[in-house]
Parts: sequence; structure tokens; C-alpha cells
Amino acid sequence: MSVQPAMPKCWRVESKPHKFCPGCGHGLVLKALGQAIDELGIQDKVVFGCDIGCSLLSWDFFNVDTVQTHHGRTTPVITGIKRANTDVIGIAYMGDGGGYAIGAQHLVSAATRNERITVILVNNTQYGMTGGQMAPTTLPGQKTETSPYGRDVDASGYPTQGPEMVAAITQEGAYVARGTVANVKQLKGFIKKALENQMAGNGFSFVEALSTCPTNWRTNAEDTWKFVEKEMTKYFKVGEIKVPGPREKEGQ
Amino acid sequence: MPEKPIQGEKRVFMTGNEVVAWAALAAEADIMYGYPITPQNEIMHYWTRMLPKYGRRFLQTEDELSAGFTTAGGVLAGRRAFTATAGPGNTLMQEPMSMAEAMRLPVVVIVQQRGGPSTATVIYSQQEVTMTTLGGNGEGLRVVYSTANHQELFDYTIKAFNTAWKYRFPTFVLGDGYQAKMRESLTMYDPASRGITMVPTEPYVGKEGTPGVDREPTHLRNTYNVEEELFEVLEQYLADYAKAAPEIAEYDAFDTDDADLVVISHGVVSRACKAAVKELREEGYKVGYFRPITLRPLPVDQLREVAGKAKQLLVVESANGQLDRLVKEAIYGNTTEMLSLFKPGVGVTTEEVVARVKEIKG
Repeated sequence: MSVQPAMPKCWRVESKPHKFCPGCGHGLVLKALGQAIDELGIQDKVVFGCDIGCSLLSWDFFNVDTVQTHHGRTTPVITGIKRANTDVIGIAYMGDGGGYAIGAQHLVSAATRNERITVILVNNTQYGMTGGQMAPTTLPGQKTETSPYGRDVDASGYPTQGPEMVAAITQEGAYVARGTVANVKQLKGFIKKALENQMAGNGFSFVEALSTCPTNWRTNAEDTWKFVEKEMTKYFKVGEIKVPGPREKEGQ
Repeated sequence: MPEKPIQGEKRVFMTGNEVVAWAALAAEADIMYGYPITPQNEIMHYWTRMLPKYGRRFLQTEDELSAGFTTAGGVLAGRRAFTATAGPGNTLMQEPMSMAEAMRLPVVVIVQQRGGPSTATVIYSQQEVTMTTLGGNGEGLRVVYSTANHQELFDYTIKAFNTAWKYRFPTFVLGDGYQAKMRESLTMYDPASRGITMVPTEPYVGKEGTPGVDREPTHLRNTYNVEEELFEVLEQYLADYAKAAPEIAEYDAFDTDDADLVVISHGVVSRACKAAVKELREEGYKVGYFRPITLRPLPVDQLREVAGKAKQLLVVESANGQLDRLVKEAIYGNTTEMLSLFKPGVGVTTEEVVARVKEIKG
């Protein structure tokens, strides 16, 4: 008799198995999110928004009210919902393109305004659904379909340090962390704290999750984990970057 | 419970932007999301000044993309939400309005047209007709009212909320820079005092109960896996639109029965045309007046009837044939001569319409 690993209770059984590629990190991020929702007992309060790109495949992933929006526009949609109904717990779920390229103005502005929403951004260093083009998070030297000889930082700049940027532009009450699918337990903890921060009405909450794309990386299991655990973490430091509390005043 | 903004009826003299803010209040709009652009700014100015007194809300967003998408979010949460824009802002807003069409979101947008293309002038035009009626990467499943005066700005702003929530298509009120900025007298009223009931709103997301336990979750998307899946959805939407169109379509007309030439116009230009037709009639010219109030859907049957009787149609607009194209499509197959007076980005006077008709008639 085999024992199946337990699914989060808020996962929608009817839409499983999910539609992500084998080895994709989205399933693990959504598992962490599902467990966090279960543990906080907020399934009846959550409104989940997903972006365009691979994240859109989560449009019917949970037994929670969900809206799948346009590329980069999930943050304003969830902002609009939260502003109109402060009782909901709004989660905007997106990839690195949706958050750091086409939707950067929305991320920056929502963070600056300290919107009481939670943004979860999945960073797999490239555009997955459109076939593996360069993203704002592509590592220096990394080959993609639009940087076939490796990302040239002179021509394309350096990878976006998203959580560091959000931490710098948010005021007190914001929560910012970077987790990884290589440590789902820790990632769940970050997501849980980000949701609790919204529930407490403190301010903007942002979690970046380092994730995998063996399809476009063209990696086997071993190389996939090596890339996410060793290569990505050299650039993208895992851990809590900002926790709620008053900012230190200058000179103190 | 905050008091009603307007008790009974009230005669006032104010700018069009102020009228829109009052109309949205009277229509029980809950929340406005907006981004500054001329000439619609004062809608936000008046709204933000009045909202604490009446318990309403406002968010100034980072751009029109965000204004449109947050408005969609407000509607998703079940609020009577609206926004206002013009020109380049209207261009940006076509993206969120595409999503509103895809999800049947009753978003209300006030457009105070300015010159185009691009930044052009901040003053006036009728050059946002094509974009407002058919913008977005779809089929133009939307409603567009074109107002001609301040009374209509008030009436149709209220009506826009009801049309949007009744039929679940994004709805636009197409005004312009002249209407936005000039003062005019009108009667404001509490909709209930005229027997107008505001269509109740309801949330799409964040409803009562636990999804998957007490009820099915709402799963809204605008992405489909295969062609046939999208086709099935659109077939239903198009059928809904075709059924609603004759109920929604509105027009104004006079002297068309025996007219050799009918002047067709919309918005403020129709005021010049109305005066011109009356003047020409007094001089013995057999002219008629026809004005579509809804530009999307157009009053197609009435337009075809008018075109069938007249020998000539003269389309007058402050654009280079944007209304003209809609009319030609609506009366396709009709052989009535089509004439024009196009002044893109510039106002049209009664004298110019009279002169054009006399030039045609010799």
C-alpha cells in the first residue's frame, strides 16, 4: 500500500494533477502557499490573482476565489479588490517578468503606497511560457533564447534584485523575504508571515521564491537542483530582508 | 447612513466634470480609481472633495493601466466602481477594458475626448470614437453613450452604471473637452425621485462561505487552451450582445420623413447640426436631423430606415470620418449618397453646417 503525500486542504482536487511541466517549481510554491492558507484558516477570505505566463496555469488551482489577469497587471487587480473590500486577503501571484519587467511600475507603486496585499513572485530566471527568453532575473552569462551567447551585463544590465528593491522603497509595516523551492518548509514560513502581515493590516508583503524551469534550462534533475541551489543563490540571497517595525530614524 | 447627495431635484449651473462627479454620487457609485489627464481631472477633484461626506472611496493610481485594472478589481469585489480618462490615457485603458470584455465586468469609464493622435491637444475632439467603440484586441463588446450637453452627462452617467450592471458589458460615457470644461445649466436629481432604481451590484470574488466547502469557488480567466473553447465562450457573449443591442441603442431624430438630405452627427457637434437643420428648414430646405446617442451599439435599424428614405446623408464630425465609418458599416448595401463635413480635432459651428448643406444643394 502506498501512502500519498497529503495535499493542502485548500487545493482543488478536480484540477489535479496540475498542468505545470514535470520538475517545475510552481507546484512547490503553490504547495507552500496552500499549506500557509490551511494553517491560517483563511480559505474563505483569500482572493487569489495570477498573472500571464506559467503562473496563469494556477487559475483553477485552489478552492479559493481566483482571477487570472494580464501580464504584469495582477498587482493592480488585487489592489483594486482589496481597496474595495478590505475584508479579503488579496494575493497577487506572478513570475519575474510580470513583477520586474512589464509590471514593475505596479509593483513599485503598490509597495510605495504600502498596499495591504501580499505579492508572491516566482523567479526562475527566464520567461517560461513564451519559450525561455531572457528575463530581468537572468543571471550574468546565462544562456536563453534571446541571450544565446549568455547574458551580457554591458548590453542587458544586471539581474533585478527584487526583494532588495521592495525593501528599500517600503515604509514600516512591510514584510519582504526571499525563499526557494529547495527549502519548501522555510518558504512556507515566509509566505505565512507575509499573509499574517496583511491580516494584521501592517502593510505591503512581498515574497520572492527562487524556482526551477528544467524545460527551458534544458537540465536534468541533478543539474536543475544544482542551478537553483548553487548558482541562483550566489546572486539572490535567501532569507528575510525586512520585517514589520518602525524604521530607524536618522541619527538615532 | 450618509445622507443622499441630491434630495429630489435641483437646478444647477456647473462644469461637465463637476456634473459627472455629482452623477456618480447620485448613482451610488462606491469607488473611483483614477489617474490625472486633461481634460477629465476635475471629475477626480470634485469626487475627492465630496467623498468623505458621503462615505465613498478613491485611489489615485500610477497610470491608466492601473486605473483600469484597479477599477476592474473594484467591480470584481462587487462595488459600483468607475474611472475617467482621455486621449493617451484612453489608449492605455484599452488593455484593462479588454479584460473587462473577456470577464463581462461592468466597469464604467467616462472619456472626455481631447485631440489626437498622441498628446495632440488637451482641449477637444471627437477622435476617440473608433478607440472607445472598438478598442482592445477583441470584438468591441461594450456600450458607448455619446453625450451632447450637461443634462445628458448627468443622465447618461447614471444610466451607464445601470446598463453596465444589467448587461455586464463595460460601459463608456463619451464626452469631450468642451463638455468637461464649460459651464451649463441642468437639473440634477436623485434617481429614485424619477423612478430610476439602481441595478444591484454583486461580488464576483470574496463572496460569503468557504469555496469548495459551502460553494463552488469563482475561477475567472481570460486565457483559453484551445480555439474551440474560446469560440464557445464568444458565441455566447456575441449572442448576449446581439440580444441586448436593440434594448440599449438610443437615438434622436426629427424632420427625417420627407428629407432629401439628413445630417448625421453625435455629441456636441449634433448641437450645431440641430440648429443648422432648423435654420435650413425655415429657409425651405428639405433637411432632417439624425443623431445616434449610442455609438456602440448603433441604432442600426433606425439608421437604415433613414438612409432608405433620404437621397443624401451628410455626416458631420470633429474627426476624419470615425462616425462615418460606423454609419457606412451599419447601412451597408444602401446606395444613398454619402457626404461629409470632417474637422478633425476642431469644433463645428452651425454656420459651417448650413454653408456645407447650401454648397451641396447649390
